[in-house]
Amino acid sequence: MFKLKRDPANQPNSWRTDNLPAWGLFFVTPWIIGFLAFTVYPFFASLYFSFTNFNIINFTPRWVGLDNYVELFTADPLFWISIGNSIKYAALLLLFATVFDIFIAYLLSLNVKFLSIYRTVFFFPVLVPVVAASLTWIWILNPRFGLINGLLDLIGVKGPNWLASPNTAMLSIILIAVWGSGRQVIVYLSGFNDIPRSLYEAADIDGASGFQKFRKITLPLLSPQIFFNVVTLIIFSLQSFSEVYIMTQGGPANSTLLYAVNLYNRAFRDFAMGYASALAWIMFLLILALTLIIFKFLSGKVIYER
Amino acid sequence: MAMLRPALANGRTLSDEERKYFLARRLKTVLTHAVLITFGITFMLPFVWMISSSLKPNVDIFELPVRLIPKTYRLENYIDATNAIPFWQYLWNSTYYTIFATIGAVLSNTFIAYGFARVRWRGRNVLFIIVIATMMLPFQVRMIPLYILFAKIGWLNSFLPLIVPNFFGNAFYIFLMRQFMMTLPKELDDAARIDGASEWGIFWRIAVPLSKPAILTVAIFEIIHTWHDFIGPLVYLRHPTKYTLSIGLRLYFTQYGAEWGLLMAAAAMFTIPMVIFFFFAQRSFIEGITLTGLKG
Repeated sequence: MFKLKRDPANQPNSWRTDNLPAWGLFFVTPWIIGFLAFTVYPFFASLYFSFTNFNIINFTPRWVGLDNYVELFTADPLFWISIGNSIKYAALLLLFATVFDIFIAYLLSLNVKFLSIYRTVFFFPVLVPVVAASLTWIWILNPRFGLINGLLDLIGVKGPNWLASPNTAMLSIILIAVWGSGRQVIVYLSGFNDIPRSLYEAADIDGASGFQKFRKITLPLLSPQIFFNVVTLIIFSLQSFSEVYIMTQGGPANSTLLYAVNLYNRAFRDFAMGYASALAWIMFLLILALTLIIFKFLSGKVIYER
Repeated sequence: MAMLRPALANGRTLSDEERKYFLARRLKTVLTHAVLITFGITFMLPFVWMISSSLKPNVDIFELPVRLIPKTYRLENYIDATNAIPFWQYLWNSTYYTIFATIGAVLSNTFIAYGFARVRWRGRNVLFIIVIATMMLPFQVRMIPLYILFAKIGWLNSFLPLIVPNFFGNAFYIFLMRQFMMTLPKELDDAARIDGASEWGIFWRIAVPLSKPAILTVAIFEIIHTWHDFIGPLVYLRHPTKYTLSIGLRLYFTQYGAEWGLLMAAAAMFTIPMVIFFFFAQRSFIEGITLTGLKG
């Protein structure tokens, strides 16, 4: 038996296993080079830089030990503000986008006429370049002449200042991100379409209520898509930068200062490269911890086999 | 009441239960469309407002009550926008960046994914787990050392830092293409091998042609990504002759924030290539997203 098992010719699908490493490595070599140069090197360099301060003129790092981390946790209010903002942004975006996108995908899965038109409409925001979309939203949310307050004006309501007020700026950028989450609708729609109709018919015969069907059929069978979308949305929203940097630059009164915006400002506005590297590492550890937690608690609940 | 009761073809009128059932179904369809249309219009409004503003003369831009349909049309906004900023230069830079970044992504990821999907070798699975793990590393961690590295070798203010890494694979695309290539029947490779094809021949003549849908998906994603890209050019391109449309347009906004007619015209010209592109590649687009989402 042992000998048989070692002989590749006797194993299904294991042709020439032993003389192929050379070819395997040949195909993967570009990735290995890129991985070393553009991931491994920056990964460790960034860790090293986070214990240094940078001379802006000739970019030479000077060792300062834990100073950056101490300053970050004890003497930098912007660090805590930006962490709070990013958590608020990610949590609310996750809630709104997930509920809304599942709802829209559900409606689209009901065998509606003009499906491809609707699908295009909800996907459309994904096509608009970030800068073009952000500038358009600034103009739409203009407190006086923008589209939204202009329409509210028609019915005699004075709209809020949206991006210009600390009370509404965060909500505005979250809703704009929901507008741009059409990719998720497509993913959920494909999930809905994969659920066999017969399950619902069987449930109908057993007299299940709408909520029971949702709880016992839809939710479990949609779990792979929910899991994928939740994980990617959390990772991406914690790194969110461009829209907010263009629309509010973190203002007003730091109310939309997301973590990545603060980090960029530190690195490329103040050129505090060492300090910004410490910020980046905290971000990395935060995302790592969150991802592990999600995997631990959610992945067991995901049902892949049908 | 009897008049409201629809009759079937054989003259039998519907019973109350049947009527209720059909009414409820009709109502559900109407409601579904009502909700979808309401949200659909809301979703398109920003784009409509962009086009509408791009056609208005400046006096009409700041006018209340707002109008979605312009009172007077000023198509010259589009010409003026191309003169207010070096629009053609920016457009060329964006195009250049997009073309070479996409070539790099397609070539490298097809090649690399083949090594992970179709060739069996020791260490493959360990390396693939590392590929997946790199997806969790935020761009912000790599951003600063890479910036310093590229500054030291004199690549700042060129497209090299944006394009060259694309020729060395990207975790997400490798994952996507591998998942696709794994579904191709193994028998094809075996048959080719028996016919004496080399490993390279199997890659080039069998895997590549059969992986066209996945290659197309990667190309589409990368085209959208680079055309939209803001943070990459923001970090590496600091000279006005190198600006892409993303950077140029934002710069123009920070300098002349009130020129909404011209800004929206430029934004429209920035967006429309993507819209045209979408209508040509729509099917692959949707399939690509579905492909990535399913294998989560």
